[in-house]
Amino acid sequence: MPPATSAPDAPVAEGDAEAPPVPTYRSLAAPVSNPVDKFALLPAFLKVRGLVKEHIDSFNYFITKGIKNIVRANNRIEARSDPGIYLEYKNIYIGEPSVQVDFRVETITPHFCRLTDRTYSAPVIVDVEYTVGKTHAKHRKPSFTIGYMPIMLRSYACVLNGKDEAELARYGECPLDPGGYFIVKGTEKVILIQEQLSKNRIIIDTDNKGRVTASVTSSTHEVKSKTVICMDKEKIYLHLNQFTKPIPIIVVMKAMGIETDQEVVQMVGRDPRYGDLLYLSIQECATERIYTQQQALQYMDDKVTYAGAGNIKDGRSKLILRDVFVAHVPVNNGNFQPKCIYTAVMLRRMLDAILNSDTFDDKDYVGNKRLELSGQLVSLLFEDLFKTMNTYAVDRMNKNSDMARSSPLDFSQLIMQQDVITSGLERAISTGNWDIKRFKMHRKGVSQVLSRLSYMASLGYMTRITPQFEKTRKTSGPRALQPSQWGMLCPCDTPEGEACGLTKNLALMTHVTTDQEEGPLRNLCFSLGVEDLSLLSGEEIHAPGSFLVMFNGLILGKHRQPQRFANNMRTFRRSGKIGEFVSVFVNEKQHCIHIASDGGRVCRPLIIADKGRSRVKEHHMKELRDGIRSFDDFLRDGLIEYLDVNEENNALIALYEHVDQDGVQRSSITHIEIEPMTILGVVAGLIPYPHHNQSPRNTYQCAMGKQAMGNIAYNQLFRADSLLYLLVYAQRPLLTTKTIELVGYDKLGAGQNATVAVMSYSGYDIEDAIVMNKSSLDRGFGRCIAMKKYTVTSEKYGDGISDRIAKPQRDRDGVLIKQNMRALDEDGFVAPGQIIRNHDIYVNKQTPKVTNRTPGTALTDRDYRDSPAVYKGVDGETTVVDRVMLCSDTNDKLTIKCIIRHTRRPEVGDKFSSRHGQKGVCGTIVQQEDFPFSEKGICPDLIMNPHGFPSRMTIGKMIELLGGKAGVSCGRFHYGSIFGEPSGNADKVEDISHTLVKHGFSYSGKDFLYSGILGHPLQAYVFMGPIYYQKLKHMVLDKMHARASGPRVLLTRQPTEGRSRDGGLRLGEMERDCLIAYGASMLIFERLLLSSDPYQVQVCRKCGLLGYYNYKLKTSFCSMCKNGENMAKMRMPYACKLLFQELQSMNVVPRLTLTEG
Amino acid sequence: MESPDGSSLPDFLELQRTRVLCKADAPTHTEGFQYSGAFAAMGVDTSVSVEKFCKNFKIEINRLTDEDMEFDMIGIDASIANAFRRILIAEVPTMAIEKVFMVDNTSVIADEVLSHRLGLIPLDADPRLFDYISDDVPNERNTIVYKLHVSCEKGSQRLTVKSGQLEWLPEGSQLTMASPAQSGDNQRTYTSFGQSQQNTSERPLDVKYNDITIARLGPGQAIELEAHAVKGVGKVHAKWSPVATAWYRMLPEVVLLKEIKNGDAEELVKKCPVNVFDIEDLGKGEKRAVVAKPRACTLCRECVRLADDQVELRRVRDHFIFTIESTGSLPPEVLFTEAVNILEEKCERVISELS
Repeated sequence: MPPATSAPDAPVAEGDAEAPPVPTYRSLAAPVSNPVDKFALLPAFLKVRGLVKEHIDSFNYFITKGIKNIVRANNRIEARSDPGIYLEYKNIYIGEPSVQVDFRVETITPHFCRLTDRTYSAPVIVDVEYTVGKTHAKHRKPSFTIGYMPIMLRSYACVLNGKDEAELARYGECPLDPGGYFIVKGTEKVILIQEQLSKNRIIIDTDNKGRVTASVTSSTHEVKSKTVICMDKEKIYLHLNQFTKPIPIIVVMKAMGIETDQEVVQMVGRDPRYGDLLYLSIQECATERIYTQQQALQYMDDKVTYAGAGNIKDGRSKLILRDVFVAHVPVNNGNFQPKCIYTAVMLRRMLDAILNSDTFDDKDYVGNKRLELSGQLVSLLFEDLFKTMNTYAVDRMNKNSDMARSSPLDFSQLIMQQDVITSGLERAISTGNWDIKRFKMHRKGVSQVLSRLSYMASLGYMTRITPQFEKTRKTSGPRALQPSQWGMLCPCDTPEGEACGLTKNLALMTHVTTDQEEGPLRNLCFSLGVEDLSLLSGEEIHAPGSFLVMFNGLILGKHRQPQRFANNMRTFRRSGKIGEFVSVFVNEKQHCIHIASDGGRVCRPLIIADKGRSRVKEHHMKELRDGIRSFDDFLRDGLIEYLDVNEENNALIALYEHVDQDGVQRSSITHIEIEPMTILGVVAGLIPYPHHNQSPRNTYQCAMGKQAMGNIAYNQLFRADSLLYLLVYAQRPLLTTKTIELVGYDKLGAGQNATVAVMSYSGYDIEDAIVMNKSSLDRGFGRCIAMKKYTVTSEKYGDGISDRIAKPQRDRDGVLIKQNMRALDEDGFVAPGQIIRNHDIYVNKQTPKVTNRTPGTALTDRDYRDSPAVYKGVDGETTVVDRVMLCSDTNDKLTIKCIIRHTRRPEVGDKFSSRHGQKGVCGTIVQQEDFPFSEKGICPDLIMNPHGFPSRMTIGKMIELLGGKAGVSCGRFHYGSIFGEPSGNADKVEDISHTLVKHGFSYSGKDFLYSGILGHPLQAYVFMGPIYYQKLKHMVLDKMHARASGPRVLLTRQPTEGRSRDGGLRLGEMERDCLIAYGASMLIFERLLLSSDPYQVQVCRKCGLLGYYNYKLKTSFCSMCKNGENMAKMRMPYACKLLFQELQSMNVVPRLTLTEG
Repeated sequence: MESPDGSSLPDFLELQRTRVLCKADAPTHTEGFQYSGAFAAMGVDTSVSVEKFCKNFKIEINRLTDEDMEFDMIGIDASIANAFRRILIAEVPTMAIEKVFMVDNTSVIADEVLSHRLGLIPLDADPRLFDYISDDVPNERNTIVYKLHVSCEKGSQRLTVKSGQLEWLPEGSQLTMASPAQSGDNQRTYTSFGQSQQNTSERPLDVKYNDITIARLGPGQAIELEAHAVKGVGKVHAKWSPVATAWYRMLPEVVLLKEIKNGDAEELVKKCPVNVFDIEDLGKGEKRAVVAKPRACTLCRECVRLADDQVELRRVRDHFIFTIESTGSLPPEVLFTEAVNILEEKCERVISELS
């Protein structure tokens, strides 16, 4: 792509003493002759756009523009009986986040909402004009609240917007928290990014029967429809839900006014091959004797699915063609021509695909995908609720006017009568169920609770993309890594299991676009020489050499000089005259130019290069470093631009500014990557040397990094999460990456640098188990705090009767009556700092015995019974009350939140992992004196078995060890960013090894160790050094379970199930099979009867039914035979007896036939 | 090594017996020969005897400061040297804070974590003056009491609490047991000191280092606590370990297998990061590499990495360079004698059990 105009301030080859382009280097990692350190662009980008900017941007767009558009489109409601009574919305805007308490408005902060279980929402305020009464007197009501809308943190409407670190601290907010989520009823909810197939675009594909189809999912504000044109038995049909049968496409064309076959063929294209393929379809139409538009419409009328009101089918098909068939193509004044051409283009592309299978579209291609962000989703919901609210108001007005009320109502009293908007938005976001009937949308799990297990977990949530497909599909296509994901979606970060490859994550520099104004762009296209479609005949459209211009899926017209047009558009974009996210994509194959300004496209910034020479020069970077230049200045000056996935196809992107290599002419390079490490996402970015690892290991680490304990946020100790794991001495990794520094993982680390010896020790290290040094644990390695929240609500029963919190009861000497009240303070709540043990009371609550007592009588102590909240902990562990918080919830009930803290040191069975997907449990804990030690006196913190390496191939971990070792010896943090070696963002192994040698270590990182037990040297040199280890949330203490006898289920009298209910351990079917095979019948008997639910029954030998034992008469009795003569005793499982009785209740008689007894 | 009866082992066996060979890929002959009669057939007796040991055993102190020492221990088996190391780490007792009575802690650091940090602070108390605490009656002979009472005024700057702010209470605990049953009695405290600890040691029983950060306080936060230190051993918890670490290494021996001259010599000298080799001028422009400081060898194996036919790295099996880094309660040399005493005690116990 030769640039039409070069940037005004691009002096050629300034300080750019380039060697003549001699193709000497083959490798991509070729040294850069004059490297411009572009890295500084990355922090600058993140400063401007942030990690979750797409969420915030889309929500901002909604509250500033989208909401106004919705209201403008539905701005007037009027009464059915009297159109003079109306209400008109003049303006709508979002107020400040606040809450109404007793008719007083109080502003709220996010942290306040988190602690008090409130919704962080702001009023939706409208200015209305309406008429009152028969006189239709006009009234205006400014600033009228129609509901409350949950507000995204850090959006324009949020109090945190634009605040600096000190101010955030004052609000109790963590400066590293990215925002972009909502707080609904005290829980943090993320609306995940939804992946969808792009709307209004023609997709050529084959269906499950192998037929070639062209489908378009049309989406406009009014309708959403799907149009499929399909080739069946060499004839082409239209499939539309509104028609019972496929309609021959030529009939459709005729129905739209293209009556001659010649015209149809001309529109598709004059190439005789098209004609050949269309021949059968044309013939079919002729055999049906359809020649005119009228006949075609009649033919179609017969096939309309359901005829609507009045059962009149006549004319329906024309309406369907106008409103449903490729609905996004407008029909103005009955002019079907644009639709005809669109259909013809669809046909042409279909036929192209048949002739040349290369032209099929790939559904998994990222360019054919759109990401739906929270702003769009909330906007859909709001639109629906707003319309619902208006419908309610109209209904009520109609009802009232029907009843002929004396004082006529006005709409302003009606629109707010129900909490439609407030409760609708709150319910949808808190449950995640998006049910919008208007658009036939029923989605579940749209919003999810933001995981606060670690900082990485919450960041990972913000960049997650959920798939459109159901997860059960076995197809591999959508799960596979797409080449078009490069730089846009992280290739590593995807879960394992059913959602593998479907759930994706954004890469570091990805931006998701929001909608942009279409009108001006359209006009610009026309002024740049696009020939309007309405002026073209069918023949002219596909004239050779001219390209069709598609604008957001609509055919705008054609252009004779496509490349020139594209260049002009790009020049406009680079100079900032049109939005920076407008994409211009020349599709040579389809002879199309696609201009896109719609929302949900993924794009990323790239440095523009003129004939392979970067426009960003050293002096630009200096200005950036000096703070004179911002990232937006780079955009404005046309040095950097955003390319979306489609436009990337028109670009040749080099990793580094380089001389010719790999057969690529330098002059043909159009763009240069900012940093190769931006290919990864946030979570994968914390792996050091990921490019040296086997790929699945990076994926495993992405899942595990989210389970690592560490610091969660700066405000972690003031939060009230139901479960919080914190590492006591969290460290920043010795071997960092640039991403770690950019996202703040170095400030909120989740792990510790452990000195690891890779050797075998004691046999307790098989199967990835690690051996830990007891002294290290004594000194604080792996120590963590688990904080659990226990909530008690003091219920209100009306009439002023409510639960009460009583003082701990004492006897006369002041000694506590019950021992388990020892942790209580004098106010009846547990005291912060107190040690609380199993079965201790933490809130001494009392409940009135009678709740519906006549009002007026005061309740005395006797009227209450104890209903204390009892702490259920682990015996033998010391847990401490951290905080007690009191607040009133939204229903004005007193809520008591007790946060109980437990400090744990690692024990055998706790799970640890390095950053390379190498997890393992602690196998044994060994005294320090038994541990090996090196010549320098270094004793490892943990020992890892070398068998973990050969099959896993995590070379990155080895380099991390080397780099960490070099780091501690020379006192400089080493880097291991992905593909960072050429640009200096990763230290090379060779350099690291030289540092090691300089400090007296072996070149290979292997130390000479002495056995700690016997004292002699070990028989091998041992690879030893620091590796960043994460403690994962899976701890033995939370999982271990055993029971002898214990609780039983009421119904079956069998032992309960599950650890939480102190359940038994089931001898399952397969275990039973083993015992049967072994012949251990008595053991089966013991397990399945004696140790489970033995029961003595009285069986009547005569009728075979169960009787009963009369304890008074000391005889057994059969209630069927009415005597006790033939009774026998036997033991059977209670569940068996229960089954018999249940069968009897269903009129099935199970009879027992006894052989003895 | 010469055997008493005059006959000796062949060189290669003698090398295997007395040296660990550190090859480029792996060390060999690391374990040595334990059996006294291993070479009996060759007329060499390698059995251990007191006389032999007394004749050969030698200790040379290289460095001795208040905090650490390095000495050579020559003529001893690795197992015994290791025993000293193990005893130093795990069995020489010290005093360390074991119980913390928290009166007030409004700092961000949790009570348990604060107590853990306090426990790890080295105390300047000679453990030999104290008994092990037995059945939970803290008295002046088994407990040292410290007090920490710091607060950060509202409106002032953030405050760092250092270990120096721990105040020794020679008279015992000042906290009274809030036992309602004995309200009439004179208030009992958590310790029952018979007398003041003021005279038990010539130095006050303070913390060893005053600049260890315990906690940081924000404005309006305060810590008030009493900490009780007792005697214990490192086996139970690392806080009672008297050494930061104690370890040894075998004496390096670097042998040039052939004469290395001129360029090769210079290269060899350059290779070694710790300058084990030096160049000797032979005159006439001839240079030769010599081993100058074998002791400095850290076994980085640079000299044998690419070609292992020039140099051989060895370790002398019965020569240990022993380092003790004390945490401060006792000077390192005393620690070592304590360790020897403990080993002696253990041996006595074995002997008395056997007889």
